[in-house]
Amino acid sequence: MTRRVRIWIFLPALAGLAALLVWGYLGIPGFGDYHGPYGFVLDRLATPLRHMDNVVNATTYDIRGFDTLGEEFILFAAVIGVVMLLRDTDEKPEMRDEVESDLVRVFGTLAVGGAILVGLWLVAFGFVTPGGGFQGGVAIAGGAALVYLVAGYRAFAAFGDEQVLDPIKGVGAGGYVVIGLAALVSGLPYLTNLFSGGAVGTVWSGGSAGFVNWAAGMEVAAANLILYAEFLNQYIVPIARRS
Amino acid sequence: MIATLVPLQSVALALVALLAPAVVLARDPLRMIIVNGLYGLVLVLLFVIYGAPDVSLSMLVVSTVAYPFIVLIAIARVRARRGEKEDE
Repeated sequence: MTRRVRIWIFLPALAGLAALLVWGYLGIPGFGDYHGPYGFVLDRLATPLRHMDNVVNATTYDIRGFDTLGEEFILFAAVIGVVMLLRDTDEKPEMRDEVESDLVRVFGTLAVGGAILVGLWLVAFGFVTPGGGFQGGVAIAGGAALVYLVAGYRAFAAFGDEQVLDPIKGVGAGGYVVIGLAALVSGLPYLTNLFSGGAVGTVWSGGSAGFVNWAAGMEVAAANLILYAEFLNQYIVPIARRS
Repeated sequence: MIATLVPLQSVALALVALLAPAVVLARDPLRMIIVNGLYGLVLVLLFVIYGAPDVSLSMLVVSTVAYPFIVLIAIARVRARRGEKEDE
């Protein structure tokens, strides 16, 4: 097919798609025009009932915590799949650190601490201020990934040790399930918040949703780090081995 | 409140409209992933301005940390392999 023919097929399709989009956009409701009942109910009741200021976190880790449990295991299964596909049987080579700039090392190392601290804060206070287990977990893993960027593979290897990460990932994912079961054992529906009732705006306000956040944070941080470590082992180590 | 937000919203929307095609038009994968990171940051800005800080945090950690890291590693490997072929 020549370029000319392709353009002649593409143009009517583009015009059709554009017309559909314009038609669709003309019909969407204005910003903030919401009629469903659940948003208003949650907005009114999440803080009085669950003592959490952040309604989004109260929804995802408490009121609809069961949905998040499912998402948790999607990530869990996906990372196991990647590990199975990329599993490297070779011995790890001796590698020298590639980063030569002292400035990058110093400021980068400071940024590692900052990123991990922000991640921990996001997990711990997710139900008070914006944040939560997922966001905090990825931020913690990002801070550890920064170690590779500022100090090289050898320094990162300590963070990417699967002997350490696998149990953390398992305890995180399993912990979420166990917190739900604890409610069941107490004669309440699965994942019911067990001791919600701390003062609003404090780290104690979330009740067992706080622990759910920590379980999710552990799982997400470890899963991301396993992913980074596997990709680095598979893709970067062979390059360094040759050179 | 809304009156002061409108100019900010317009700026954020304009940046999104500018950077979205820029991602597609950057044909080199390395350049594309960097522009994609910038596009992600602009979306973060948009979400914050529209009052969705939780979504913006998810977007921030995924589009500027997790996704570029994995893609950059893959690009490095492909480039190394290509360099190898040129040597032969």
